Amino acid sequence: MKYNILYILLFCCFSYQGIAQTAKANSGSFALNNATIVTVTKGTIKNGSLLIENGKITAVGKDISIPDGVTTIDCSGKSIYPGMIDSGTQLGMAEVNAVSLTVDHNEVGDIKPHMQALTAINPNNVAIPVTRVNGVTTVLSVPTGGLIPGTAALINLVGYTPDQMYAGFKGVAINFPSANKRGRWDRRSEEDRKKEEEKKLKSLNDIWEQANLYAKIDSASQSNKSLRPEYNPQMEAMLPVVQGKTPVLVEVNQEKNILSAIKWIQKNKINAVLTGVAEGWRVAKEIAASKIPVITGPILSLPTRASDRYDTRYTNAGILHKAGVKVAIRTDDSENVRNLPFNAGFAAAYGMGKEAALKAVTINPAEIFGVADQLGSLEVGKSANLIVTDGDPFETKTQISHLFINGWQVAIDSRHIQLYHEFLDRSPGLRK
Amino acid sequence: MKNNILFFLCLCLTFIGTAQTTGSILIKNGTVITITNGTLTETDVLIKDGKIKSIGKDLSAGEDTKTVDATGLFVMPGIIDAHSHLALDVVNEASSPSTAEVWVGDALNPLDVGLYRALAGGVTVSHAMHGSANAIGGQCETIKHRYGTFDPEELRMDGAPRTIKFALGENPMRVHGEGRGILPRTRMGIEQVFRAEFSKGQRYMEAWDTYNKTKGKVSTATAPKYDRRLETMADILKGDIIIHCHSYRADEILMLMNVLKDFGVDRITYQHVNEGFKVAPELAEFGASASVFADWWAYKFEVYYSTAYNAAILTKNGVITSINSDSRELIRHLYHEAAKTQRYGGLSDEEALSLITINPAKQLGIDKRVGSIEEGKEGDIAIFNAHPLSIYAIPQMTIVDGLVYFDINEDADDMRVDINPEETEPMFMMESNSHDHANDACMEGVSEQLHKH
Repeated sequence: MKYNILYILLFCCFSYQGIAQTAKANSGSFALNNATIVTVTKGTIKNGSLLIENGKITAVGKDISIPDGVTTIDCSGKSIYPGMIDSGTQLGMAEVNAVSLTVDHNEVGDIKPHMQALTAINPNNVAIPVTRVNGVTTVLSVPTGGLIPGTAALINLVGYTPDQMYAGFKGVAINFPSANKRGRWDRRSEEDRKKEEEKKLKSLNDIWEQANLYAKIDSASQSNKSLRPEYNPQMEAMLPVVQGKTPVLVEVNQEKNILSAIKWIQKNKINAVLTGVAEGWRVAKEIAASKIPVITGPILSLPTRASDRYDTRYTNAGILHKAGVKVAIRTDDSENVRNLPFNAGFAAAYGMGKEAALKAVTINPAEIFGVADQLGSLEVGKSANLIVTDGDPFETKTQISHLFINGWQVAIDSRHIQLYHEFLDRSPGLRK
Repeated sequence: MKNNILFFLCLCLTFIGTAQTTGSILIKNGTVITITNGTLTETDVLIKDGKIKSIGKDLSAGEDTKTVDATGLFVMPGIIDAHSHLALDVVNEASSPSTAEVWVGDALNPLDVGLYRALAGGVTVSHAMHGSANAIGGQCETIKHRYGTFDPEELRMDGAPRTIKFALGENPMRVHGEGRGILPRTRMGIEQVFRAEFSKGQRYMEAWDTYNKTKGKVSTATAPKYDRRLETMADILKGDIIIHCHSYRADEILMLMNVLKDFGVDRITYQHVNEGFKVAPELAEFGASASVFADWWAYKFEVYYSTAYNAAILTKNGVITSINSDSRELIRHLYHEAAKTQRYGGLSDEEALSLITINPAKQLGIDKRVGSIEEGKEGDIAIFNAHPLSIYAIPQMTIVDGLVYFDINEDADDMRVDINPEETEPMFMMESNSHDHANDACMEGVSEQLHKH
């Protein structure tokens, strides 16, 4: 307690003098009182309290007893929401995307399931504080490029080592083969694009065949070491995939490709999640029937075809949700993952509704990633990943006053905020 | 397919022969956000022959005037984007550090479906800009989003002041210094491009002044050689062209102000200007204005030390500031981009909406005509179902010169004007995500070339 007061005093001094020093994260026991608590899974509690002890939520409700020695935070007029989860980003894996030597998400090669996002996540990446002060407390960081870009990792946005940040889910990313143009600059002929698609699909099927074979040899070699195959990092990484232990994140966007991907997933009995799914609205029924969950976004993006209605990307998540698909929303960004609440807000406005959109950035991704016992809602026993706001977390003007990640009280501070304090009323001003 | 052709024919019938026509419309009983004169509840706006004729209660118009019931809706001026590359066939003439002679107005493409998508986001006017490959790029064109026409002339906002694109920092350094091995490779070199071109322009102007004074009086008087590049520089020196300069870092922003002071030029809007917040007092003192992104940063090194509070700091320091898109995607939700200044810096509703209406109008020199709802101004209006700064606001109707160009209730899915009847399925194109625009849209057509090196 004494330390807390000291710390608060120190923090005030520092921030008022505009000294660029990020305040330390604070642990302990906290009672957040008089708040509107939006639990997501168990309704909304008006004028309630939420207790945080040892990093966990230990009580939520109206008449909970607050133990002595707990730091109390008055949240009158404020709301508590679970921290938001971005289900697809490159956060922490790139400092400046145009400066290639600061970019760690796109390793050389085509088949690289052994490339681990968690290895390349820089806990001190400047975008991390910028992201979390907007209420995004957990993100999936996904490698990019090639047929199998690597293994993605779910991280909490607090900590100084990747292990401290790791939030309990890994998945292998796949770019499902497609004959699409990759952009305006893509000058390949239609024929060449189709050939490449077929080649890639064959390559993908070959890998699965090899991995299954590798798994058989591997299990045989458990009892007979002489059968052990030669070291093969790709196959080692594919082993838990074909054993169904590590889920596969299948990036696929075009209507036709989505249907092929579903068939391919079913044929190979893969534990899969569809990602991207820009044209999901065209085949929402088929996706729902497959029962494969979807991570879609960015919502704030252009239609995939010139002939499309202007708002197809805004409405996509809502159409999928209404068809019965479990939907999570992503930004697919690195430095502007902070726009996740606004992506969810657009989805909400364009047909998804606020409640479903909130689930798409909280409990749905937690369930998809198998971490719903820890994240995604305000329930007793879960990690204290939460935000205190002065209103709807999707509304653009809403301010976040308190931030807890994995039980740590994290200061509302980032380089963007520090620069604001330094330069709003610059000193020296014009005078020499 | 049949529908497409039918639609195409309808469009032809609707729009052909309506060159720069205007319309009349009465918008009843809305919450009218005038920008310059407060917000008026339950108020009507009457547009007659393309101009706002009156604003008030219980207005009436002739029976043949289209009437829109805006009860429960929010009526604001058409949104203005001070930085766009929509409706351009080509963006960069990346062949020389100065290409002041070229003009994007020669490459207007009215068929760009991006115009419709911008209209569906309430945007009625945009500044179609040359790219940022050259220190002195080409001249730009201010356009009105009269989508549906085949005639490039109809897009032009007649009478809008001339503007020109300048560019500082990494883009011209990469294209010319790194890409072609010529000056500028550094920010020192960029300064010298401006000083050289302004000096040449000054001498060119003097030579013509001398000739014009002596011709007919002195038998030996001969006209100087005509040079459109230098003629353009002379027009900037005379104050006939507003500079819009792509810039990021504080040091280069100061450098250009120093150059302009030396040559007596004072009409400038800095574009992007991510580090404008660091030199806000200097910008305010000079009278330069700023057109910024709401939150783009860190996609390239020169925007690494940015803050999303930029627009708020600039505004509070007295710099006329706008929020722009520079993107076919962002232009569709500038109202949301403006709202970000409320999260990052707590701007008022009026300040935030000024960033996408009257302020960009000032920067383009068209603020007497558009940018607010005032009697006598042009009938450019955007109507929303909620306050436009709310994340849940959906544009309902967009009006240019009194004519409805977007109506959510009568919106066809396929709004292309140029439909190829041979094409069975429209080409699917995965639009780039944020990581690919490490090069901004300003570098359209150039980055590809650079990748080959």
